[in-house]
Amino acid sequence: MADVGASPLLELRGVTNTFGALKANDGVSLAVGAGRIHALLGENGAGKSTLVKIVFGVLKPDSGDMLWQGAPVEVASPAAARKLGIGMVFQHFSLFDAMTVAENVALGLDGARADAALERRIVEVAESYGLPLDPRRATHTLSVGERQRIEIVRALLQDPKLLVMDEPTSVLTPQEVERLFVTLRKLRDEGRSILYISHKLREIEELCDAATILRQGRVVAEVDPRRTDARRMAELMIGSELKGVARPAARAPGEVRLAVRGLDLPPEGQFETPLRGASFEVRAGEVLGIAGVAGNGQVELMRALTGERRAPRADMILLDGAPVGALGPEARRKLGLAGAPEERNGHAAVGDMSLADNAFLSARHVRGLTSRGALRPRAARAYARDVIAAFAVKAGGPDALARSLSGGNLQKYVVGREMLQAPKVFVVAQPTWGVDAGATAAIRQAIVDLAAGGAAVVVVSQDLDELREISDRLVALNAGRVSRAVDAASASVEEIGLMMGGVHGEPPAATGGAVGLAH
Amino acid sequence: MAWRIEPRAERSRALDLAAPALAVAATIVIGSLVFSALGYDGLGAAREIFLSPLADPQRWPDLGVKSAPLVLIAVGLSFGFRANVWNIGAEGQYVVGAIAGTGVALAAYDMAGYWILPAMLVAGALGGAAYAAIPALLRTRFKVSEILSSLMLSYVALQLLYFLVRGPWRDPQGYNFPQTRTFTDWETLPAVVPGTVLHLGVPIAFLAAFLAWIVLRATVLGFEVRVVGLAPAAARYAGFEADRTAWRTMLAGGAFAGLAGILEAAGPFGQLTPQFPQGYGYVAIIVAFLGRLHPLGIALAGIVMAVSYVGGETAQTTVGLPGAAAGVFQALMLFCLLAVDMATRYRLRRVAPAPSAAGARP
Repeated sequence: MADVGASPLLELRGVTNTFGALKANDGVSLAVGAGRIHALLGENGAGKSTLVKIVFGVLKPDSGDMLWQGAPVEVASPAAARKLGIGMVFQHFSLFDAMTVAENVALGLDGARADAALERRIVEVAESYGLPLDPRRATHTLSVGERQRIEIVRALLQDPKLLVMDEPTSVLTPQEVERLFVTLRKLRDEGRSILYISHKLREIEELCDAATILRQGRVVAEVDPRRTDARRMAELMIGSELKGVARPAARAPGEVRLAVRGLDLPPEGQFETPLRGASFEVRAGEVLGIAGVAGNGQVELMRALTGERRAPRADMILLDGAPVGALGPEARRKLGLAGAPEERNGHAAVGDMSLADNAFLSARHVRGLTSRGALRPRAARAYARDVIAAFAVKAGGPDALARSLSGGNLQKYVVGREMLQAPKVFVVAQPTWGVDAGATAAIRQAIVDLAAGGAAVVVVSQDLDELREISDRLVALNAGRVSRAVDAASASVEEIGLMMGGVHGEPPAATGGAVGLAH
Repeated sequence: MAWRIEPRAERSRALDLAAPALAVAATIVIGSLVFSALGYDGLGAAREIFLSPLADPQRWPDLGVKSAPLVLIAVGLSFGFRANVWNIGAEGQYVVGAIAGTGVALAAYDMAGYWILPAMLVAGALGGAAYAAIPALLRTRFKVSEILSSLMLSYVALQLLYFLVRGPWRDPQGYNFPQTRTFTDWETLPAVVPGTVLHLGVPIAFLAAFLAWIVLRATVLGFEVRVVGLAPAAARYAGFEADRTAWRTMLAGGAFAGLAGILEAAGPFGQLTPQFPQGYGYVAIIVAFLGRLHPLGIALAGIVMAVSYVGGETAQTTVGLPGAAAGVFQALMLFCLLAVDMATRYRLRRVAPAPSAAGARP
């Protein structure tokens, strides 16, 4: 085991990596000591993932050196990285749904077979680190947290000295995060190192021994997260002062604008989540947050709300009291329901079209951008210009291609395009996903302001902090079911976490009994 | 040393537009090399096929006549191709369109009037659209690939044609030849330039390409087709139903092919015979892509393709090339276009071997 003062386990010196005109990493140096949990902190696009890919041998740096236990190494491939003792848990799992746990583990180990011996080792490792896992289960039956365990166990089976984890908690409930941290601390206490990539400051404060902060591909600071204020770290990360959302004074909510009543939606494909009796209401002037771990029906719910998929019965979705469940997106927009799905490029906008053309996608009816089947390009350009100005979109103008905009700017454009139609109801998914801090603040403020103006807003997000910041009430989505609503300001993280995990805190069969009495 | 194919970060628009021209140039070079290797006068062949028809004003009407069906069918197909609807069976829709129009012509054989020809054209377009409705229905209702169903239906259409010209529609005064009556003057397309073969169908085809361009650019329908092609999920978001778009583009493709069919029957042929299908429906696929699925580009590509047809016939007598040579050049053109596209979208990069790799390995 390395002593303090000995050479670090992993050291990067002056790593630079360029993609076209973009410098993803610019002279990055960092050192991960043995037996330490080292955070790599930065916003989306700061260059964290690129750096990790270099460490794991997926990418080759343009220049710079990597040292392993003090000796220069060249990691030519992930297999070479594994041989050195580097394990990796990617943000997006590489698992085959149709295979068992053991088969998926075997695929990731060079030359292993899913036999009884491997199953025994999986159970052994899983139990000793508090990661219960049945090697014979089919992967598609597992929750996201359990799938992550497969990846972790797979990495641990190779007895790594360094475990790299890329945004491991983005798919977990708060309780699952706690459990993961116990495991990670145990690994550290055994003398292993962990390179922990995240942009969640609270986790880093709680877990990590050291932190390297990246901004625009450069190291801007090395801090001790246990002794550094989270606010300070955030400001280093985004390079400017943090701005909070200004919320209007609490008012009595208005009438119900959007009501979802017992919405069932069968899955369209094998791996979709069915919606099961989803019910909730949103009132004028209110922001309803829908929390939940990805894959619990968010995408399906968004489609059902915007009309991309019809509800089985029209009265399952009511807009201002009128049934709209059988209507398509165009008809719902005419009635004042606007939506912005989470995928900007290719869903909410067409990358290869100009911003003006993208205005036709969703604003053509409400803003009169067409007349008798003919496009009105001038009206569309004027509208795009309005959106660009009102939402401070950094773009070359209405003729700029959507894909030429950064993620944050395109998101501002999409959100602005919907909001300037003055919708009565606005549903938006992951409004600030992959968006830089400045744009995030602007978008959250716009959402709050829209509701203050009398609209009902539904925000589907995986970011609990975001939901607590902008919502009035919260529900959670779990396996296609919607929990009861709680007050966003007073609900504890634990309570919301339980809701996200499917424990809804309702007295069992209470509703069923009430129906029985009515007869 | 290793080479790697990787996508270009920025695609140059100029290169994108120049690609078809480069493809034609590459076709000429490769084609002449191939025919030289086969013992023909390769250079002469390329010159005869690609240059002489353009140099000789007397052949220009031929170019117009040959390009009309190609342009019309290709423009119709381009709607679907843009929207990921792969109608490969334009040949069948072309034949059925001709049959439907001919049906009107035969029924009106003893009549006179200016209405007959327009009625034939409408029947042709409707016939083609109706025939395209079969793969459209199969695709939207039963998720059957329109590539297979439309292609196979082309062979069914041929059999239908053979049956009609040999059976119920055979010319009673035709000495038992398998062909229909020849159309009356009321049923035949007038010449645009008197004394030439240039019939009314030629301006109709190019006008249709122009109108298609307007529709694609300036209407919600055209916008729908473009969005479905570029981003299907965004189309769904915009409220453009995938099935509705598939129906519309299939029917449009069928109508254009059907119209091309009856124009050909009422123009150069003047009747239906077993020799009527000439494979325009297939060649039009090449024309559509050579024209970048853009109606005006297709008009240009149709002329280029017509040049190869007309030149191919001349080359049979002047250079002694086999009749299939024009077909070889046409296929070569699609091949070269795909290759040039690959080259404009990707680049070949030499991956330098890692400098310190050898030292690091134990």
